[in-house]
Amino acid sequence: MGAHSEGNHGSAFLREVIADTPGGERIVHCLQCGSCGGSCPSGADMQYTPRTIFAMINANQRDAVLSANTMWYCVSCYLCMTRCPQNIPITDVMYALKRLAIAEGKARGTDAPALAKTFTDILEKYGRSFELGLASRYYLLNRPMAMMKMGPMGLSMFTRGRMALLPTKIKNLDQLQAIIKKARELGEAS
Amino acid sequence: MKYAYYPGCSMECNAAAYEMSTQVVARALGFKLVEVDDWNCCGATEFFSQDELTASAVVARNLALVAPELNQLVAPCAACYLNLAKTDRLMQDNATINAKVNEALAAGGLKYKAGRVRVRHLLDVIYQDFGEERIREKVVRSLEGLRVAPYYGCQVVRPIKGDDSTEYPLHMDELFKWLGAEVVDYPVKAHCCGGHMTQISEPQAFELIRRLLQSAVDYEADMILCMCPMCQLNLDAYQSRVNGFFGTNFRMPIVYFTQMLGVALGFELKELGFGKELVSAEPALRAKLAQRASV
Repeated sequence: MGAHSEGNHGSAFLREVIADTPGGERIVHCLQCGSCGGSCPSGADMQYTPRTIFAMINANQRDAVLSANTMWYCVSCYLCMTRCPQNIPITDVMYALKRLAIAEGKARGTDAPALAKTFTDILEKYGRSFELGLASRYYLLNRPMAMMKMGPMGLSMFTRGRMALLPTKIKNLDQLQAIIKKARELGEAS
Repeated sequence: MKYAYYPGCSMECNAAAYEMSTQVVARALGFKLVEVDDWNCCGATEFFSQDELTASAVVARNLALVAPELNQLVAPCAACYLNLAKTDRLMQDNATINAKVNEALAAGGLKYKAGRVRVRHLLDVIYQDFGEERIREKVVRSLEGLRVAPYYGCQVVRPIKGDDSTEYPLHMDELFKWLGAEVVDYPVKAHCCGGHMTQISEPQAFELIRRLLQSAVDYEADMILCMCPMCQLNLDAYQSRVNGFFGTNFRMPIVYFTQMLGVALGFELKELGFGKELVSAEPALRAKLAQRASV
């Protein structure tokens, strides 16, 4: 991939990923060394390691990349990113791939987009995270069976005063919601 | 010394022990934490997975709300710390995002000048701004005999390079040597706890948690010290589920570094939030520290 330079070279998908990732232009310098996959705590469970993903991006395999499980297994530990000899912001590329996959409904075999949606909905509604609300809504809608196993742990947390039954709301919720609304408009316009 | 303080959502309830011990330790060491008025959630990793610009604006609202006379912001949670620090960097480096974030903030009557606030993690403040001499002279109850495993996790040590190593950090190790503890030098101290992976793939998350617990056991730690509510939750609250999943028998207490710092500074266990952890730290504390003090 090193042969590419910035600008109008490389696959259409490569240019798209670069445009969606802060510092993404470093992707073209990937040496295919595999330090990323070797460092990744989830590497063994990924369909394609980050190294393979970069080769696929370069080969314009848009659908295969966006429906892969790779980015959903990324735990944002940033180990690959600090070890990359070419300073590619790998974790940030994973975030860009998550955003593209969510936007196009291409995420396969994962509840991660549902979790992200529930999380941001709660943030928008209250301004703060609300663990019980997040867990109950996410589990009820997506993983009702798994909720049973969570019961004893939830109870232990509750008896130790570690689980709130009601959400905390920020005072100036209108302000936060106005900021979010404007940011979304600006994002859609670009 | 005075800092703006961004507690983050976990500190309100789930990580109440971290909040209690942070406040106690701050008073004892003599620094003031001024809570950012009406702060909002940092969005964790979830918001950035959906919409980068909106996520940045949500984070930037907190930076904009830092009182004008303060220019350092302290976060005790790794994810909050990184989101705040990373957003500030992104705004500094990327003029387009900076302009759009400020346009969004303006819709709420706010603005933020990128780089105005220096975002720091609580450990960094305690380690750098107080240092060995001043902390040593405050120790009234040495942690001698107690084997602690400092656990750094990911997002404080990476990707933003501070003064500590991104692979083999040492600041918490050194802090606990000043307090007299035996610091366990184990290889996974900056490996990942899985973050929100428990909500996405339990087998994957449990394996990451198991590796950390097993390593601490192999190196004969009495307890693991955390500097992030998410890490503490995964290692502590999920420990019995991990045991059930792998047939293991871990009984590893997971406490916040501020709780043990508080013990060394002479505070009672209760005011430091001990007893909120699911795997009790009391047996280890009683066995190792009892001879010298009324723990």
